Amino acid sequence: MINYTENIRKISGDLLKSGKVDVVIGYKKGTLPGINEPFLARTPEDAQKLVWDSQCRLNLANYLTNRKENVGIVAKGCDSRNIATHIIEHRVTREQVTVIGVPCTGMTDKNKLRELAGGEITALTEKDGIITVTSRHGEKTVEKQDLLQSNCANCLHRNPVINDIPCADPVPEINTARNDAEIKAIEAMSPADKWAFFEDLLSTCTRCYACKNACPLCYCPTCFVDESRPQWVGKGDDPIDVRTYHTLRAFHCAGRCTDCGACEAACPMNIKVRLLTGKMEKSCFERYGWEAGLNTEVRPALDTFTLHDPEEFIK
Amino acid sequence: MKILHIDKASWDKGVLKSGETYRLTGPVKDKDTHAFKNLNDGELPDMGYVETKMSPKALLFPRSEVMLTYSTNPHDGNCNIMKEASKAYPPRAVIGIRPFDAKAIQLVKLNFDTEEYKDPYWLKAYEACTFVGLAINQPSITDFSTSCNTGPFDETGLDVLVVDTGHGFLAKILSTKGQAWADAAGFNIEAGADAASKITAMKKEAEANIVSKISVDKIAGKTVLELFDAGHWEDTAFGCINCGTCTFACPTCWCFDIQDETYGTQGVRIKNWDSCMTGLFTMHGSGHNPREYPYQRTRQRFMHKLKYFMDKYQEGIMCVGCGRCIKQCPANIDIREICNTMNQ
Ligand code: SF4
Ligand code: SF4
Ligand code: SF4
Ligand code: SF4
Repeated sequence: MINYTENIRKISGDLLKSGKVDVVIGYKKGTLPGINEPFLARTPEDAQKLVWDSQCRLNLANYLTNRKENVGIVAKGCDSRNIATHIIEHRVTREQVTVIGVPCTGMTDKNKLRELAGGEITALTEKDGIITVTSRHGEKTVEKQDLLQSNCANCLHRNPVINDIPCADPVPEINTARNDAEIKAIEAMSPADKWAFFEDLLSTCTRCYACKNACPLCYCPTCFVDESRPQWVGKGDDPIDVRTYHTLRAFHCAGRCTDCGACEAACPMNIKVRLLTGKMEKSCFERYGWEAGLNTEVRPALDTFTLHDPEEFIK
Repeated sequence: MKILHIDKASWDKGVLKSGETYRLTGPVKDKDTHAFKNLNDGELPDMGYVETKMSPKALLFPRSEVMLTYSTNPHDGNCNIMKEASKAYPPRAVIGIRPFDAKAIQLVKLNFDTEEYKDPYWLKAYEACTFVGLAINQPSITDFSTSCNTGPFDETGLDVLVVDTGHGFLAKILSTKGQAWADAAGFNIEAGADAASKITAMKKEAEANIVSKISVDKIAGKTVLELFDAGHWEDTAFGCINCGTCTFACPTCWCFDIQDETYGTQGVRIKNWDSCMTGLFTMHGSGHNPREYPYQRTRQRFMHKLKYFMDKYQEGIMCVGCGRCIKQCPANIDIREICNTMNQ
């Protein structure tokens, strides 16, 4: 990771110095152990603050939306797929963006870190795939592999798909097929059990909207939940409105979600919202062999059609 | 002030006994965190809890609260007339509230209880409460409460301060309300003469363990426009995704939005939490939005907490240093850093 950081700094500094880009979107070191802060470097000096490690959970493509300048952006595999989606959806142009590609070995799950520490984390270090967390109860050292977010453990595209200036050599992919075990378990439930499952899943949601605001797909100028002329959804904590929000959002992401995990990483209540988007992506894959953001040419599954599309489910 | 000694077994019994007189509310395990909830019969507050993700502000200022009800049915005598929603406010003991959260309630009170406006829902709920606080022996690394006119043993908003000494509890009675609750619980064994000095020593130790500090001295001396127009905001706010996480978790954020919801001909007027972080918050009917850009919303949150509030009420800043926003922000926007930037 140290060489990732050094290379990102060097590449970004050079890009800014040469004037190829006006800004670089990356991360700077966080104020707490276990989290970094998205950061906009405007000068070669700023670029020296950039960092990379396994605590960069948000998706930086989210910060690219509607930017007008030439932008350098540090991107792991999933971020790069959302950049591709942004290009297809005309949020940015291909020419505008210089991707500093990060071959990704996964992000740590914030909850696994906390559980490992057994309390508040007071320090965290990471070296050669080994993570050490410190808390009042002492120090714990674990292989990073055991702490990955579930989307990272199941990731199919760790290497950026758009990769203008790689910050390191590609890493080997760790999976060859989707892991749908969690989704299949829900599919197998009876309708009543499903209802109860989702009711419990969403029961602690406060509708803070961190999930949608962390998502690079959720860039609508006015989200349907904010429509007020007329209003579409109630704004309180009525479970019907909470479910409406989550279900509709998942459908809006169908065929576009890269399973980056930013939504879940952002949720303060640790709600597994990816169970909803995951079902959408599973269907898109099964129906159309579609995975979002693998190139900048093909429009997302629900944004296009062919005469051969399966349609037996249309009744 | 009277200090009582309560051993742990008597504590459980007494708390349950006080439940005969009070509706009990306290921290209980809720999925992977703790939350303040009304306790069921026989249920005890978890006095070993570390923190609640959501502050207890919702006890007085719920996420969604029905204020008024109405009918739009022309055959109803009260058609189109708003009626106050009927609600009961039995005496409630809030057990285990942290001192900084109780202090936050005093700050929120400055807004809901003014000469000009009194929020009847908040006030009735407030008056029904007896706050039995639990001192913080081991402050979190994000706790900067001692920089915010409060602290781990602050007594300001409390009726009783309970201190866990490891062997039992010391309960310092701070008001007549607090005494009434202790009486209802049957707590009446006065602690030994050294109890006060024991509490002072523990308080000193807890305060000394606070590693986080902020300072607002220079902010106080600057003008609003100097701070508002400072060049850093776009960069400071860059990472902020304008979710409402910080505002919802914050014990002192008090903004709300009023909504009517009608089902058929019957409707309710609801007060919902709102957040200055959203665009809709300041959207005018004309479609114009004075806080059009995300950074302007982020700036608002910190200007309100660290400058406007301070100037308006002269009661310090609108933050008790609980650290919830720091821990829960997905983008690591840290109020301590922003405060430092503003205070340069
Ligand atoms: S981030 Fe979590 S709590 Fe907030 S709206 Fe999304 S699911 Fe609900
Ligand atoms: S829905 Fe979640 S996992 Fe999918 S792209 Fe958005 S933030 Fe990433
Ligand atoms: S400061 Fe953090 S928690 Fe608050 S709105 Fe911004 S991103 Fe969300
Ligand atoms: S601003 Fe943050 S630290 Fe201050 S009271 Fe609110 S949540 Fe706590």
